[in-house]
Amino acid sequence: MISKLLTSALPIAVREMQRNLMRSVLTMLGIIIGVAAVIVLMTLGSGTTQQVTEQIASLGSNLLMISTGKSMGPMQSSTAPKFKLADAEAIAREVTSLVAVAPQASSNATAIFANQNWQTNITGSNERYFSVNNRQLAAGRLFTAREVRSGAMVCVIGETLRGKLFGASNPIGVRMRLQKLSCEVVGLLKAKGQSSMGSDQDDVVILPLRTFQRRIAGNNEVAMIQVSAKDGITTDAVKQSIRQVLRRQRHLSAAEEDDFNVVDMKEIAGILSGTTQLMTSLLSAVAGISLLVGGVGIMNIMLVSVTERTREIGIRLAIGALGREILAQFLVEAVVLSTTGGVIGILLAVAIAGVLATLLQIPLAFSPLVILSAFIFSATVGVVFGYMPARKAARLNPIEALRHE
Amino acid sequence: MTSNGDTLLKLQAITKVYGMGEAQMFALRGISLTINQGEFVAVMGPSGSGKSTCMNILGCMDQPSDGHYWFRDVNVGTLSRNQRTLLRRHYLGFVFQGFNLLNRTTALENVELPLLYRGVGRNERRVLARLALATVGLSGWETHKPNELSGGQQQRVAIARAIVTEPLLLLADEPTGNLDSQRSEEIMDLLVQLNRERGITVVMVTHEPDMAAYAQRIVQFRDGLIERDVCH
Ligand SMILES: Nc1ncnc2c1ncn2[C@@H]1O[C@H](COP(=O)(O)OP(=O)(O)OP(=O)(O)O)[C@@H](O)[C@H]1O
Ligand SMILES: [Mg+2]
Repeated sequence: MISKLLTSALPIAVREMQRNLMRSVLTMLGIIIGVAAVIVLMTLGSGTTQQVTEQIASLGSNLLMISTGKSMGPMQSSTAPKFKLADAEAIAREVTSLVAVAPQASSNATAIFANQNWQTNITGSNERYFSVNNRQLAAGRLFTAREVRSGAMVCVIGETLRGKLFGASNPIGVRMRLQKLSCEVVGLLKAKGQSSMGSDQDDVVILPLRTFQRRIAGNNEVAMIQVSAKDGITTDAVKQSIRQVLRRQRHLSAAEEDDFNVVDMKEIAGILSGTTQLMTSLLSAVAGISLLVGGVGIMNIMLVSVTERTREIGIRLAIGALGREILAQFLVEAVVLSTTGGVIGILLAVAIAGVLATLLQIPLAFSPLVILSAFIFSATVGVVFGYMPARKAARLNPIEALRHE
Repeated sequence: MTSNGDTLLKLQAITKVYGMGEAQMFALRGISLTINQGEFVAVMGPSGSGKSTCMNILGCMDQPSDGHYWFRDVNVGTLSRNQRTLLRRHYLGFVFQGFNLLNRTTALENVELPLLYRGVGRNERRVLARLALATVGLSGWETHKPNELSGGQQQRVAIARAIVTEPLLLLADEPTGNLDSQRSEEIMDLLVQLNRERGITVVMVTHEPDMAAYAQRIVQFRDGLIERDVCH
């Protein structure tokens, strides 16, 4: 009975939509914009969150970064004296709750192989560097503690650099040049992608610290010491022990402030993910608002069009259409417009989110739940507001409806 | 098949009041009228005398404030909304004083509309609607929309829409109001023909004595009352 009512209303509804193309398009536009905005914003938001979560997971566990200077944070510039290798050794010796200590110095230099050259980041460190930074080998081997002590001319390279210098050929065992230094590539690191700060973690060469200091930097400075603490140790206690050692090493009197700082990477990660979460909730709020605005738009057009169409309803009633037949027609119109608009909105959102995710280099994280609920919301708004005013009009007697202007 | 004496409809002390309290205004003050099957009735009277109000009640489109209306042996006052709609659908054809055609809809589709709600198939609908348009002299105007037609043409589309179902009762509120005298005569000939040959009962409002002369009976309205009711 009801299905028969709807089927017989379908051709009338389609005819009316064609006749009033502009009105149909405007109604759909509200739904399209609402649905597309929500899906795009939510998708980009959760993509960013997912990316940050992955980056945090890829950070070494219990990683602390010790750098010189007074200011907090990893980007400080300061005239405080650099560390020496002895400082790192003292920390390793005296702070017992550490798993690994990796002193580091780095600079940018050109790497050359055959007729290829590439500006890259060169870091000198020890064999612990890899475990501290959670880097795995893709091929070859890491350099050994012995090579670190002797300052051997060996290096481990990242995937980006390998691609630029070696192309399709195997880099392992090959010698490449870093400024005046010729060193043998012994290992290739697995790709890790961008860091949370945006630098390419695969565009690197890792050398033994001593080799770096002698051949590249020409000094014996250590810019930064990374340490990883044992599991279950509070990083505050570790920080405290490290401070004591370093204050002594650097001959600071009791009155002087620390001229170095110890940063827990998890704190930075926490700040970062907090920011992303904030951004995601902001995006969700904006998405919600656009959905609401889309909803109000649909509502508005539907209400206006039904007012306009009260005369049409009057004519149909006068000619012998039952109230329920007219309602079926309006319902079918609202459903067809809302669902068509919803589907177009989803397709549009998929396209836009795809393009934006590629541009912003974040993973595409479509959530079926978001897509479904955006669709259902707009479709419901469309149907309810297409149907309710029509219901009111179809209850009038034909003469009242016809007089309505 | 002229008037065969069977009562088609009967109004008894019909009143219609618009507004409430102080602003109360009687459009009909107690109309009693019996029309037999097959009659051709002209309703005349000055503007504002209640002719359209009465036609709307006869057409089951408006309800009287008081009084009784029998259509055949059915008391219309006791019918539900849907029953009154079905009565309109199956037995009545109505030509509005203001045409009331669907905008942005072709003449043909406008004429098809009552057939659509009667459940007539698409092809048959087309044929009957074309025929009705041809009958009112609008062959070739099928695809024109109301805003592309003159007042007289719109009026003829409205007439075609009312007669396409061959109703038992045709109610026409000034069907020749916008037509020149030649067109008016054609329309009147058509109504007479429908009345004579198909037995359709016609109730027609008109201001023009010339047009009223086509009818067998003239009902004269004044101030919401029937002033005169004469048969030829
Ligand atoms: N919806 C309404 N509300 C209030 N008054 C109304 C309404 N419809 C009609 N009237 C009044 O009822 C009276 C009768 O109106 P009606 O339309 O029946 O006149 P009529 O005889 O058809 O006039 P005309 O020849 O101009 O068409 C008029 O005074 C009119 O003002
Ligand atoms: Mg009138």
